[in-house]
Amino acid sequence: MSLDKATVRNIANLARIEVRDDELDHLAGELSNILTFVEQLSEVNTDGVAPMTAAAAVTLPMRVDAITDGGMPDAVLANAPEAEDGFFTVPKVVE
Amino acid sequence: MAYILQGETGDWEIVIGLEVHAQVISKSKLFSGAATEFGAEPNTQVSFVDAGFPGMLPVINETCVEQAVRTGLGLKAKINLTSVFARKNYFYADLPQGYQISQYDLPIVGEGELILDLPDGSTRTVGIERLHLEQDAGKSIHDMHPSKSFIDLNRSGVALMEIVSKPDLRSPEEAGLYLTKLRSILRYLGTCDGNMQEGSMRCDANVSVRPVGSTELRTRCEIKNVNSIRFVQQAIEFEARRHIDVYESGGGIDQETRLFDSVKGETRSMRSKEHAHDYRYFPDPDLLPLVIGQDFVDGIKAGLPELPDEKKARFMAEYGLNAYDAGVLVAERVSADFFETVAKGRDAKIACNWVMGDFFASLNATGKTIESPPVTAADLGALIDLIKDGTLSGRLAKDVFALMVETGKPPAVIVEEKGMKQVTDTGAIEAAVDAVIAANPDKVQQVKDGKTALLGWFTGQVMKATQGKANPAMVNEMLSKKIVG
Repeated sequence: MSLDKATVRNIANLARIEVRDDELDHLAGELSNILTFVEQLSEVNTDGVAPMTAAAAVTLPMRVDAITDGGMPDAVLANAPEAEDGFFTVPKVVE
Repeated sequence: MAYILQGETGDWEIVIGLEVHAQVISKSKLFSGAATEFGAEPNTQVSFVDAGFPGMLPVINETCVEQAVRTGLGLKAKINLTSVFARKNYFYADLPQGYQISQYDLPIVGEGELILDLPDGSTRTVGIERLHLEQDAGKSIHDMHPSKSFIDLNRSGVALMEIVSKPDLRSPEEAGLYLTKLRSILRYLGTCDGNMQEGSMRCDANVSVRPVGSTELRTRCEIKNVNSIRFVQQAIEFEARRHIDVYESGGGIDQETRLFDSVKGETRSMRSKEHAHDYRYFPDPDLLPLVIGQDFVDGIKAGLPELPDEKKARFMAEYGLNAYDAGVLVAERVSADFFETVAKGRDAKIACNWVMGDFFASLNATGKTIESPPVTAADLGALIDLIKDGTLSGRLAKDVFALMVETGKPPAVIVEEKGMKQVTDTGAIEAAVDAVIAANPDKVQQVKDGKTALLGWFTGQVMKATQGKANPAMVNEMLSKKIVG
């Protein structure tokens, strides 16, 4: 499968990664190679085979509904580039 | 009765599907042990999982799974014993992980149904498409600073049920009835408190129009996050009218997300969300498929309360109420319980009239809720007993009820204190009747000449003379005997 430049531009935009126009050809080639590599898997016939989600037969573990975490606003905000009055602050985003 | 919008070129109908986000009632979050309570100080109910710190892993809350299954059962829906969590990817300041953990291909609950109670007493069934579990995002506050937005992650990671209807709704009114009924069911089940003001129940509406008689589904627009039933109805009406205008002037509708402006009463495009529909869902590699047993589901099913539809049917069969009255009483569990306490061992129709009439009016007048009512169900029952045993006439009972609301005292105490007992002493009533007859010879003659309708006027005069305490049935009987003979 090969990707065109417009698709690469859209993927970059969705991922919020800035890509210069002169990089698009190169990236399109690289991403296409990755897809082609993975596409080899579709040669295997998996009709009627359930998806394998883990090597061992385990299911999702659940926890009881109890308050065991939180109550540490300082730790939560410790790495924030900016904080004020207990809130994270970011450049204004408003509809 | 079909709801039709008239356009320049013909008649149109609206096709509506609703997506409701209902906050699950649980102590802690869907994938972390932080608290969910509303109104805490900012960022005090946040774990490192909710804040999207590197290396933190989600562990699912069993109660949230139970609540989703319970809601699914309440909607008579198919429960999927295996369901899968997926990542819905988008960037926003209040979504620290950069994705929302949701369910996509395999939700925990599949197709179900919800029954609308129409005002004329009839019902209509609306399909439920699915219900899935997902995380809520944090909260952005835009009015605390001129150039910054403030982010509180307390809500980040709280469990939501997204409940999606089929595009079966055909009018703003039906959309309102759907939300009312869904809210009622969620509250009966105890899975969501249904509080739209606090945002624990939020609604997105998908709206399109088509010419009457057509079965096509045209391009729809999604109106986001409308926070009251009335606004949902207004938004749908505006949006449908907009579509018709566009089609009739030769244009086409683009699929897009729109915001409802409740001040202007209009919807407008959310430009920033243009790209947002490319969410690139994929199964969350941090979470195995959620597998529950049939015994887990059966255990929840065994504990389900009587739900509004069954309660309504029982009220109609057991108490002989009409569909409308039964529907109003069962809308909230507390009002249904209140009615049943009043009706127990008494005439159910009379109990219904008092609860729906004077009692509900007293709630409005005093601003009190049925949880702490101005008159208890036991006292209202006792009042009805006093009518039944002849102590009070219907008219006196209304006066006593007003005093019960005012003082909070039981009816027997008020009757005793105010001497409001109905007079059934023949001698006393006869004296009053005779006095009124003696004072109005001309009117007596008119009755004798055939104007029997005037007898009601005489009854009124006697009741007035006895401060309403005379037994009206006895007064009528005596008047008719003495005048007509």
